[in-house]
Amino acid sequence: MIKPVRFSLNGKTTTVEVDEERMLLWVLRTELGLTGTKFGCGEGFCGSCTVLVNGRPERSCQLPMKSIGGKKIVTIEGLAKNGKLHPVQAAFVEHDALQCGFCTPGMILSAYGLLLENPKPTRQQILDHMEDNLCRCGAHHRIVKAIEAAAAEMRKGVRS
Amino acid sequence: MTRFTEEIFEHLGIDLPSEVSRRKFLKMLGGGIVVTVSANDLLALQEAPARRRFGRELPDDFNAFLRIGEDGRVACFTGKIEMGQGVVTSLAQMLADELEVSLDSVDMIMGDTDLCPWDMGTFGSMTTRFFGPPLRAAAAEAREVLLELAAERLGVAADELTVRDGMVSSTADSAQKVSYAELAKGQKIARRLDREAVLESVENFTVVGHPVNRRDAVAKVTGAAQFAGDIRREGMLYARLLRPPAHGATLGTVDASGIEAVDGATMVVDGELVAVLHATPDGADRAIATIEANWKTPELDLDEDSIFEHLLNVAPAGENVDRGGDLNAGMSISTAEARHTYLDGYVAHAPIETHTAVAEFSDGRCTIWASTQTPFPLQKEAAEALGLAEDKVRVIPPFVGGGFGGKTANRQAIEAARLAKRTGRPVQVAWSRPEEFFFDTFRPAAVVKIDAGVGEDGRITYWDFTTYFAGSRGADHFYDIPNHRTVAAPGGWRGGPGTHPFATGAWRAPGNNTNTFARESHIDALAAQTKIDPVEFRMRNLADKKMRRVLETTAARFRWLEAAAPSGRGQGIALGIDAGTYVGLAAEVDVDRATGKVTVQRLVCAQDMGLAINPEGATIQMEGCLTMGLGYALAEELHFSGGEILDTNFDTYEIPRFSWLPEIETVIIDARNDPPQGGGEPAIIVVGAAIANAIHDAVGARVYRLPMTAERVKAAMKRSERR
Repeated sequence: MIKPVRFSLNGKTTTVEVDEERMLLWVLRTELGLTGTKFGCGEGFCGSCTVLVNGRPERSCQLPMKSIGGKKIVTIEGLAKNGKLHPVQAAFVEHDALQCGFCTPGMILSAYGLLLENPKPTRQQILDHMEDNLCRCGAHHRIVKAIEAAAAEMRKGVRS
Repeated sequence: MTRFTEEIFEHLGIDLPSEVSRRKFLKMLGGGIVVTVSANDLLALQEAPARRRFGRELPDDFNAFLRIGEDGRVACFTGKIEMGQGVVTSLAQMLADELEVSLDSVDMIMGDTDLCPWDMGTFGSMTTRFFGPPLRAAAAEAREVLLELAAERLGVAADELTVRDGMVSSTADSAQKVSYAELAKGQKIARRLDREAVLESVENFTVVGHPVNRRDAVAKVTGAAQFAGDIRREGMLYARLLRPPAHGATLGTVDASGIEAVDGATMVVDGELVAVLHATPDGADRAIATIEANWKTPELDLDEDSIFEHLLNVAPAGENVDRGGDLNAGMSISTAEARHTYLDGYVAHAPIETHTAVAEFSDGRCTIWASTQTPFPLQKEAAEALGLAEDKVRVIPPFVGGGFGGKTANRQAIEAARLAKRTGRPVQVAWSRPEEFFFDTFRPAAVVKIDAGVGEDGRITYWDFTTYFAGSRGADHFYDIPNHRTVAAPGGWRGGPGTHPFATGAWRAPGNNTNTFARESHIDALAAQTKIDPVEFRMRNLADKKMRRVLETTAARFRWLEAAAPSGRGQGIALGIDAGTYVGLAAEVDVDRATGKVTVQRLVCAQDMGLAINPEGATIQMEGCLTMGLGYALAEELHFSGGEILDTNFDTYEIPRFSWLPEIETVIIDARNDPPQGGGEPAIIVVGAAIANAIHDAVGARVYRLPMTAERVKAAMKRSERR
């Protein structure tokens, strides 16, 4: 059924009138023009479509619009502020924690979600948390290093 | 030397018919390639087969490679594409050094068939080796022409001028200066150099050879980087196509009456293409699900276990790749022999970005934005499919979300182009994950048989290697063996009709993963029979100085503990050559004796790749190869039943995950005075064998089939206990 859905998108109140059974991923990429959130597998196995919902990483390909009313959604486009990269983004650049870059938005939002919940994760906690985010290029090592560096940076209170 | 040519032939699908023609070909190139090869020779090497296949070649006008804008920014044009391998950075580095401009001033224009010089495709770790030299030559010529123009403008002799960051100034009076931007004014530079430009020597490089972070990183971490699926055109429709349940299935009746339930959906039939179109991608998904079709699927009794017997049955007679000495003589003096058959299953490319394209018709021309490794071959293919002249098709490859060889096939782009032509609207085709698994051009299942013997002194006396369907890349050994023969079934992964139940193709270092797994496993088997440490055994059988250095470096950095295998420690080593690069890998594994599950604890990899253009980028490629290689070594294997592909997503097709991560150490051996070699593929070829050898060292059992799943390791342990 087509219904207005009102939610916060990257800090701005947004209303879309769409079939409420549709998945957030497609509404983001099509109606809202935010193509940074990627389609990878369509079944929640790969993590490329990860966004933050009320601060928690969720698979947007599995999130019907009816479930997000009133919630705060953050996509990869909403992280940098005033042209300044978020510490997690900056750490991915600094550590070359990407190759083709297709899984990167999902990786960054998953990582950010972890750091919001646990500002000082152990290496094992990082591995566990990132387990279901897939990267085919094999950038895993650098992604872990980048998350460790971002955690340290964020703890300094640069910004969270 | 011949390895380069063979790789190119292999990629182009040209079989070298005989030793005679190969020699003739090399003669044609003026005696072939040595380390002092000039850019022109390398160019000729790429050009000759490419001309035959495509009738196209790289232009010799340097303006085709670069343009200096009025603002001083330098556009670098290349037919290569960026799919994560990092050439967006390393090519810019090469241009910056030769032209003497700052790296920051270089903008890369990649793969656009309207703007860039023709190129046969981005594969085979060939960008740096084969596009690098002509790019450098073009930049060097441009630099010298600009110096001539500056000399005239300033009234100073050219040899009294210096150039830095695009500013030419007099060495005597630095106030006398003129910038490249003022000289070129954004125009094509009409003048050509009447002599060969001198390339910068390695000592003068200020950008090349120094580590640089990726230039595309900021766009990729902010979501701004555009991939094919991110292209939005006015009035664009999203397509989903009706797909068969199995390869070889034929379409019977179609009932499309249900589509009316999906608002805004339309069905389009174009020849054998049956598609639904919708203004949203998920709308197209819902629409395709309403179409009911009857398919007739042929019976084919083949699966991932029975495929090997089938392959051996259909294999054509092999061709000698290499031979020397007398096998019988070698057999008569050996004191221990090993004869084994090695098996490797089908493996998917599985890039996270599925095959995607957007096509649009406008003013009689078709523009295709595609996730492709081969924009120019796609241009030709699309022109044929659309009935257009080639110059009426423009292919623009945005960033490509992983390729690994799989995106040299462009079926999705042809589908989009045909539907755009049929409907007159821009159309996006983005494959679902099941479509990606179905239409992939898989790394072929293959069989390698090796019979070899060794004398009491630990020297290999004979080596008889036959590979079926892996192709010849990596089949020829580099050991010092007096009596040897290497035979490869011709055709490599292409096979003939009736060979593979679905499409196969090039997969990161095609064939070499399989061949190196077999060769290096077998070398260890011989070492074990003679109770000699595997590193020592290889040293006894290696004359090649470069490879000895790679082996010594790998073992030293790994802190290899000398012992005959199985030592119980779980250490393994393997060597290989790919794309001109020599690579060694040592692995440390832990094997769970109860389940057979293998955990890789540590990988140490050393490679000699000549001059590393961007050492940071080369290191990342090595790490990527090693991490990706864990997949084919331990888990990746396509499950199928006849033409039906049973793996449709990442739930059953396992690729490496964070929890698999070993400690990884990489070493790039300093060989800066040798020409640069390939970097995107070599380190993946040794992963299977290094782990197989480490498993054997840990538990005394050898696994002869990839991937080395827990079940297979467990079964191997049981077999070795019985012995």
